[in-house]
Amino acid sequence: MMARPVYTFVFVMWLLILAGGGLIVAILGPLSFSESGDLDPILNSGIKVAIALLLVTAWVFILSTIKNWIFKKQLKS
Amino acid sequence: MENQIIAAVLVSIVAFFSVFVITPFLIKYLEKRNLVVKDYNRKGGAMVARPGGISIIIGVIASELVLYAFFQSIQILAIVITSSLAFCVGIIDDRRVMSGWFKPVALAFCAIPILLLGAYEPELAFPIFGSVNIPVLYIGLVIFMIPITGNTINSIDVLNGIASGFTSIASFALSGALFVMQNYEIAIASLVLGFVSLAFYRYHKFPSRVFPGDSGVLVFGATYGAIAIVGHVEVIAAVALLPAIMNSFLFLSSMKKIIEHRQIKNPTFLSDDYKLGATHDKDAPITIVRLIVAAKLLTEQEIGFVIFKLGIFSGILAVITAFLMGVRI
Repeated sequence: MMARPVYTFVFVMWLLILAGGGLIVAILGPLSFSESGDLDPILNSGIKVAIALLLVTAWVFILSTIKNWIFKKQLKS
Repeated sequence: MENQIIAAVLVSIVAFFSVFVITPFLIKYLEKRNLVVKDYNRKGGAMVARPGGISIIIGVIASELVLYAFFQSIQILAIVITSSLAFCVGIIDDRRVMSGWFKPVALAFCAIPILLLGAYEPELAFPIFGSVNIPVLYIGLVIFMIPITGNTINSIDVLNGIASGFTSIASFALSGALFVMQNYEIAIASLVLGFVSLAFYRYHKFPSRVFPGDSGVLVFGATYGAIAIVGHVEVIAAVALLPAIMNSFLFLSSMKKIIEHRQIKNPTFLSDDYKLGATHDKDAPITIVRLIVAAKLLTEQEIGFVIFKLGIFSGILAVITAFLMGVRI
């Protein structure tokens, strides 16, 4: 089927959304970088935002790799 | 419940028939005033009326106001105002070619009524795992959401009928997801967008008699984005829109910058038998259409059907996601 790799791409995007959401809600959300509570809450949130941005970068990197693989495969077929 | 069923039926009728009846008159008016553009992919290069966004916004406003008469909800009012502002942005872009940054920035301002009316909940809900409360970050999300959905729908408006057909599929899927989540008022508001885009598809499908223009596609995208925010279904809305998001992602990751669509190199070529194939030009962006025709030449209609099937696939994923919202581990 000609469009199968494109369906795979969409499905992988969906899985990444579910997994990313899970990571943010279950792990990153409740995480605190201040054990004694003396860390500024804004700094604490800033670190979380930075980690979330790293996750987005990883998400984009994975999708870029899949995109290149699909496009090369499509051109070869 | 009876009241909601009556509202759903009535606004669906108003949404569909207002656009269905007004668009032929609009086409005649635009042709009379020579507001036409060439359809390069068509045999003989037919001239097609543009912009059809005028009938789209009339359909959206008329039917959402009928819905407002039923429920007097601030959320519905926010959808109407955001859609109207997006239409103004689009009509400016239809009349004069603006820079690549104009639309994202102007569309960000269209999101402000949602914030001013307080028609949102500052929580981002994810399936299975629950939601996160992000009061400050959510304001940024609202401001980003409308430009993203607007430009995402705009980016797939490349062939006859794709933008309207795809919006229709995504809106009905979102509506289904909202019904699953028992958010009936916003589900009906999403039905409106589905029926407006379906009626417009009647004239936009191959061979197009009218193009929506930026005013039309931005209304599609901004209305969709506003529904996602006020309906508290941001993640589900993104899932239903995945093929279009994928198109934007492919484009941006290959071009590495935001650029006005009229300035980009064509990622496809037209064969002698009027089929589309993928260009070998390395400077041309990778798009969903280029990916679809990379292996085989296809007609415009065939490409449209592939994208619609993808839309149905992601729509099913969106409804599954809505069911997963009720699951907790």
